Amino acid sequence: MSQIFHRSTNTLSRVSIYAAVFVLAGLSWVLMALDRSPYTTRQGIVLKQPVPFSHEHHVAGLGLDCRYCHTSVETSRFAGIPPTATCMNCHKLIWADSDMLEPVRASLRDDRPIVWTRVNDLPDFAYFDHSIHVAKGVGCVSCHGRVDEMPLMRQEAPLQMEWCLQCHRHPETRVRPRAEVFNPKWETPDQASLGPRLVREYGIRSALDLTSCSTCHR
Amino acid sequence: MSHRNDLESARERLSRSRGREFWRSLEELSGDPAFQDLLHREFPRHASEWEEGLDRRRFLQLAAASLALAGLSACTRQPLEAIVPYVKLPEEIVPGRPRFFATAATLGGYATGLLVESHEGRPTKIEGNPDHPASLGATDVFAQALVLGLYDPDRSQLLLELGEIRTWNAFVQRLQAALRAQQSQGGAGIRILTGTVTSPTLGDQVRSLVTRFPKARWHQYEASGRDNVRLGARLAFGESIETRYDFSRADVVLSLDADVLIASPGSLRYARDFADRRRVRGGQARMSRLYMIETSPTATGTLADHRLAIRSVRVPRLAVALVAELGVGGTSGSPERLADDEARFISSAAADLRGHAGRGIVVAGDQAPAAVHALVHAINDRLGNAGSTVLHSAPVEVEPVDQVASIRELVEDMRAGRVDLLAIIGGNPVFDAPADLGFTEALLKVPLRLRLGLEEDETSEYCHWHIPEAHTLETWTDARAYDGTVTLMQPLIEPLYAGKSAHELLSAFLDDPPRTGREILRDYWRTTAKAADFESFWRLSLHDGMVPGTALPPKAATPEPGAAARALAAIRQAGATERADDDGLLELNFRPDPTIHDGRFANNGWLQELPKPLSKMTWDNAAYIGPAAAGRLGIASGDVVEIEVEGRKVIAPAWILPGHPDGAATVHFGYGRRKCGRVGAGIGFDAYALRTTGALWSHPGAAIRRTGGRQVLACTQEHFSMEGRDLVRVGTLAAYKDDPEFARKMGEAPPKDSTLYPGFKYEGHAWGVAIDLSACTGCNACVVACVAENNIPVVGKDQVRRGREMHWLRIDRYYEGGPEAADAHHQPVMCMQCEQAPCEVVCPVGATSHSSEGLNDMVYNRCVGTRYCSNNCPYKVRRFNFLQYSDETTPVLKLGRNPDVTVRSRGVMEKCTYCVQRINGARITAEKEERPIKDGEIQTACQQACPTQAIVFGDINDKDSRVSRLKAEPLNYGLLEQLNTRPRTTYLAKLRNPNPDLERG
Repeated sequence: MSQIFHRSTNTLSRVSIYAAVFVLAGLSWVLMALDRSPYTTRQGIVLKQPVPFSHEHHVAGLGLDCRYCHTSVETSRFAGIPPTATCMNCHKLIWADSDMLEPVRASLRDDRPIVWTRVNDLPDFAYFDHSIHVAKGVGCVSCHGRVDEMPLMRQEAPLQMEWCLQCHRHPETRVRPRAEVFNPKWETPDQASLGPRLVREYGIRSALDLTSCSTCHR
Repeated sequence: MSHRNDLESARERLSRSRGREFWRSLEELSGDPAFQDLLHREFPRHASEWEEGLDRRRFLQLAAASLALAGLSACTRQPLEAIVPYVKLPEEIVPGRPRFFATAATLGGYATGLLVESHEGRPTKIEGNPDHPASLGATDVFAQALVLGLYDPDRSQLLLELGEIRTWNAFVQRLQAALRAQQSQGGAGIRILTGTVTSPTLGDQVRSLVTRFPKARWHQYEASGRDNVRLGARLAFGESIETRYDFSRADVVLSLDADVLIASPGSLRYARDFADRRRVRGGQARMSRLYMIETSPTATGTLADHRLAIRSVRVPRLAVALVAELGVGGTSGSPERLADDEARFISSAAADLRGHAGRGIVVAGDQAPAAVHALVHAINDRLGNAGSTVLHSAPVEVEPVDQVASIRELVEDMRAGRVDLLAIIGGNPVFDAPADLGFTEALLKVPLRLRLGLEEDETSEYCHWHIPEAHTLETWTDARAYDGTVTLMQPLIEPLYAGKSAHELLSAFLDDPPRTGREILRDYWRTTAKAADFESFWRLSLHDGMVPGTALPPKAATPEPGAAARALAAIRQAGATERADDDGLLELNFRPDPTIHDGRFANNGWLQELPKPLSKMTWDNAAYIGPAAAGRLGIASGDVVEIEVEGRKVIAPAWILPGHPDGAATVHFGYGRRKCGRVGAGIGFDAYALRTTGALWSHPGAAIRRTGGRQVLACTQEHFSMEGRDLVRVGTLAAYKDDPEFARKMGEAPPKDSTLYPGFKYEGHAWGVAIDLSACTGCNACVVACVAENNIPVVGKDQVRRGREMHWLRIDRYYEGGPEAADAHHQPVMCMQCEQAPCEVVCPVGATSHSSEGLNDMVYNRCVGTRYCSNNCPYKVRRFNFLQYSDETTPVLKLGRNPDVTVRSRGVMEKCTYCVQRINGARITAEKEERPIKDGEIQTACQQACPTQAIVFGDINDKDSRVSRLKAEPLNYGLLEQLNTRPRTTYLAKLRNPNPDLERG
């Protein structure tokens, strides 16, 4: 009986077994890369909004404090999106006829809220509280990036759990003096000595506490 | 199943056992093989299996599909979400922070003060108002379930005339036309039918109506009414007198068939005061004593030190015997013939009451005849209890009437054609009026029938106009509590479906144009309160949830001379017509359902799925009979029987209830709704069909016959059984005095170091719970509070039957003693948050892990549903979402969810978290204020709702915390401690204080 398979099949099968390891490893790498890519996380992507609001202009240009609009950031889990009335405080006088601002005026006129698209959107099973982070010396820009340099808002951080844990495991690498929380330009050359001191001073809990599941999930 | 043999074997087993023996069901007691099978399973059979057979091809298809779905569903991108700010931010709202508003809930007219949690204008959770005398921070099951009632998608949403949609204005025009026609005859054809009214404003409106239409009549009817209480007071005092009790001063309590700690206007307060008198702490071994005479097992009876189960017909006899024993003035005649146990019970109770004159309470149940109430007044007066523990005052109700007489009169008028316009405000008389009145048939003779109701129910069906009623949480109104304290009830939300309140409907009768509820309330109180500064009065009253100084002052009330004699004569006369005992008939008792009351909560899934306190039945009512009677009639639990009373028949499933008096059966009314929402219609049987004006609470001669059929009932009493010793530990006060450590010695706790695993260190807080079994009444408030707080889904009868109920907190009920005289004990069981948790080590994906403060955290988004944790849990406290139980599609239900807790989906394990959202919330507040968390700052939902403060949560690392002090009590023990799980939840053994005289005999 003649051979069914040619002799080269031996080599071919050896190579393919060897290659399968690489293919599987490669596939895993692709999946992991995909999971961390901006395609999944929307990191750095500008989303369409009803009004092209510029943080750069309002923060860096006009010098508005974060809390002028995000009023509940120190008191609530939710930082607060300004009600239309807040926009109109100024815009009833400035750019009062601008086409760009028509949705804002329409909102006040018709008493219908502006529907924004959420930019920094944590999954619903993570319970994040702005007020405690601000109280413990986590600067706005630590998570949101330099919004004073963003003409259009985008998500700065990947907002995945491994990213959160970097700080929850080592809060000393990120904390800043409370007075500088809302200062986007604040920098220190000496985080290595300042960080641990602030962690002690602000009573920031241990990494074990901060990485307990129920700290964020419930 | 031959039940009789089983029970005999049970009795035999009990007689052989040494010491105390506790059991959960008759099946367990008799060693039924089916029970043994259930015991050894994590879930009942078929809970985790396919309905039908699964062939190989189908299996492979499903395996492939689940692999694909499991793999791919994890790869979806998060959907884009909108963020919607206010146009103008309302003052005082901080987005993301709940606010609390004081209001009240009423049941049978009587108010309980509440604080309602509101998230951005949506009420989500009910708490008791700690300052309100009827609540003291606690709530009952009905108040807890109000939120679901508000968001019930089946609520009536449209104003209808004969099924056609109409506007409110069209209705007002039609009404005004009818009223103009009535004007000339003084409103002789106008009738208003309401439930019991304590609202001063509503009373004022009705009075205005009667002023404008002098011949109009106001009727009141409440199916679970208190006519006997009212008539009894009238019989004793010659006038309407309200009676309330001060259990905090009572050393001895004798209850004549009164479920006074669970189902009476001040029961939350009573339960609290009663429990406070029975907490044995720090060696202070003093307790009050409760004698309970009951005709159907009640939750109050489970706390009794002595319980006597008798037929209703015996209650007046025992009252007479008690009167004779105490020598209450003007009573003489032949002594009652009592059975031995009755005689001993009465003489011991009487001696005890006499020994504690002025510090005792005798209380009669709502269903006891008026004459018994009159006798009880005489006794309390004679013993000097009146004025001390028993307080009299002017009536709380606006107009106390004999409601049965009232509705009878209405029916007669309707039948005679004297009624032209009937407004039925609330209630549901077509369903719940006494069967012999023929209410429905008479109703059809009324030319214009108006109906204000929360749902389109049986009564709406027979009315021309149906007006959707505003829910309690949508209404401006007022009501009085058991002591008369008025609460101005404020709405938490605008009416979702443009509902109207009773005030607004009456305003349509009186005012042109009709006023709004708020205006009506303010106008009334502006003239009534006579406050110098009305605005501050108004705001303060709303803020506090009470109008200051409105509690009715106690006043001295002495029974009229001869009242006791008249009551005795009435009892003798009733006794003369008593039937013989040996005709094979049973006495049939009627009681409101413990979870859906008189039927008004039938469409509330939380209450339907709540296991009834004693039978642990869900989603059904049954004819409860005692084991002896069941043996004689050859009835087993689940047998379908026909109950016949005076020619009226209903078909009902039977259930054998240990501890039920022999020769009697109990049915709960409220089930058998023909028309309500999707949840409540068509389940259970309608006991109203047997209830007549002559026998509202008890009929002496009902025939109960087997039909041969069987009905499946969803009863949770055997679900999640823990096989082990001494789960519930009970002792007497005397045993405690002998050896305070007796409870601890009943089990063994391994030494702390006997473990292979390295222990956790808890350097900050270490949360723990202590539950005082002496205080637990089994009222279920904690269970509903947990459901509301933690977004726990309703699963339905079929799923409950498979043991898939999702309640994180269950109340296990154990019996002690023989089947007939069974004493019941309650034990709330939730996750024990073990320090050496068996669940944590078996999870393959780390979805349950130990927190730094000792919680067994459950991470839903990690859980893949292996259920290993549940398999390994000795306490059976983990619950698995076998199906998609949470309704994620009905929009209105989303409004009521707690935004701080994940809504779980299918395939996920869940369990009690010690309300970790509350822990985190309090921690964040404390840390922002740079202070430690105060003891008592965090209350779990179950703890907060508990009327008796049986549940205490706190930090066990803080040696001065309440929970630490409780855990240091000698009564403290852990459940299944021998497994070395080191549970954080521990129990204080139940103590009872039996009378040594009765105990000896």
